[in-house]
Amino acid sequence: MTTFGWPEALFLLRAAGWTLLLTAIAFLIGSLIGGVFAIMRLSRIKLLRRIAATYILVIQSIPVLMVLFMSYYGLSLFGVELPPFLAASASLAIYVSAYLAEIWRGSIESVPFQQWEASASLAHSPAQTYRYVILPQAIRISLPPTVGFLVQLVKNTSIVSVVGFVELARAGQLVNNATFDSFRVFGLVALIYFAICFPLSRLSRHLEKVMNASRPH
Amino acid sequence: MPAVLIEDVHKSYGPLEVLKGVSLSVETGQVVALIGRSGSGKSTMLRCINGLEAFQSGRIEVAGHVVDQDPKRLRDLRKDVGIVFQSYNLFPHLTVGQNIMLSPRITKKVPQAEALALAKEVLAQVGLSEKFDSYPDNLSGGQQQRVAIARSLAMKPKVMLFDEVTSALDPELTGEVLLVMEKLAKGGMTMILVTHEMAFARNVANNTIFMHQGKIWEEGPSKELFANPRTPELQGFVKAGARE
Repeated sequence: MTTFGWPEALFLLRAAGWTLLLTAIAFLIGSLIGGVFAIMRLSRIKLLRRIAATYILVIQSIPVLMVLFMSYYGLSLFGVELPPFLAASASLAIYVSAYLAEIWRGSIESVPFQQWEASASLAHSPAQTYRYVILPQAIRISLPPTVGFLVQLVKNTSIVSVVGFVELARAGQLVNNATFDSFRVFGLVALIYFAICFPLSRLSRHLEKVMNASRPH
Repeated sequence: MPAVLIEDVHKSYGPLEVLKGVSLSVETGQVVALIGRSGSGKSTMLRCINGLEAFQSGRIEVAGHVVDQDPKRLRDLRKDVGIVFQSYNLFPHLTVGQNIMLSPRITKKVPQAEALALAKEVLAQVGLSEKFDSYPDNLSGGQQQRVAIARSLAMKPKVMLFDEVTSALDPELTGEVLLVMEKLAKGGMTMILVTHEMAFARNVANNTIFMHQGKIWEEGPSKELFANPRTPELQGFVKAGARE
């Protein structure tokens, strides 16, 4: 049995790096997919709206854990063996995309419809209306809830420990199994999560205040 | 050929018919006021002219464009037909200058330097040169509306539509906007305006059209129409206006 010391603490910090990397990848890929679904959800074409709505509903209605099991264990039944990091990133990206799509759809919809009318009346195409008029306003509106969701994502990456990927939570379990010093080990794990999430929460709060203060009307 | 030609336009929202066969022609350089009670169809009529509202039957032709719902044709039409709204609808994330330069830049590919000169010119026209770098939030309602007019003018429209542009303004701010519109009218702009400003309709508009229940109820040269309303509906409307 080893005791909990610097090497173990450093091991946890390195694992925190994986947590951050996983968060970043899931968020980036999830943003791209989520952005597309948000716009599809608001499309004039009914089929696109249906597809996006169904995707969002399905993904939001199943635990991210099941998506993870399906991509890791499920696919291996068909001979597709995803490495844990890939399965974890993909699953989390899917989860992120469904939530961001809804957050962003709401943000786009909260831009007053008169802005669409004014833009169209100035001979802008729908793409130009999005690019120059709607999205710049929608992004401002979406910032606080998006950063708020990012906090959830940091914590929810811990779920991928179940497929054996060693991120912060899993590293905590491993160190605990070796040292049995649960209080200090998980105390430090919690502290690291806090150190990541707390500034983000504050940022989200701050953005919310700034946005409210500068909102027109 | 008239600048605006409207022939027997019908429009309904579901079972509710809001335009029951409206015909109207506006010559180049003319100013026409649409007046009437709320729900008389005057705003809807105006919005049909630049395709913001679709209509079920009839025909509208503006500045050589036939109005239908084809996206490409609508964009071409809207390069020639400006509209100013009751709620200004400036883009709040852009400065006054950017608000004005955006559309010429992206829809007509006007070079940056030329767009800048154009923006300064139209802003001077509405008397707000010093507000070029301000954001809409920092302007009064009257100033925002004048910027909205300048933004439309930067597209060099052949016809301008005004949809109750002073209704959201305090009385003391109404005057500055009406003054800008009067200047435009004197400069020869073809204008159609929906308005509750009876004095403005009487003094500035060549013709006034009184709409009632989705139809043109009475029309004529403004001074005559206000002096001698023929129908009891217009008589009542003018009288109610005078009491206000």
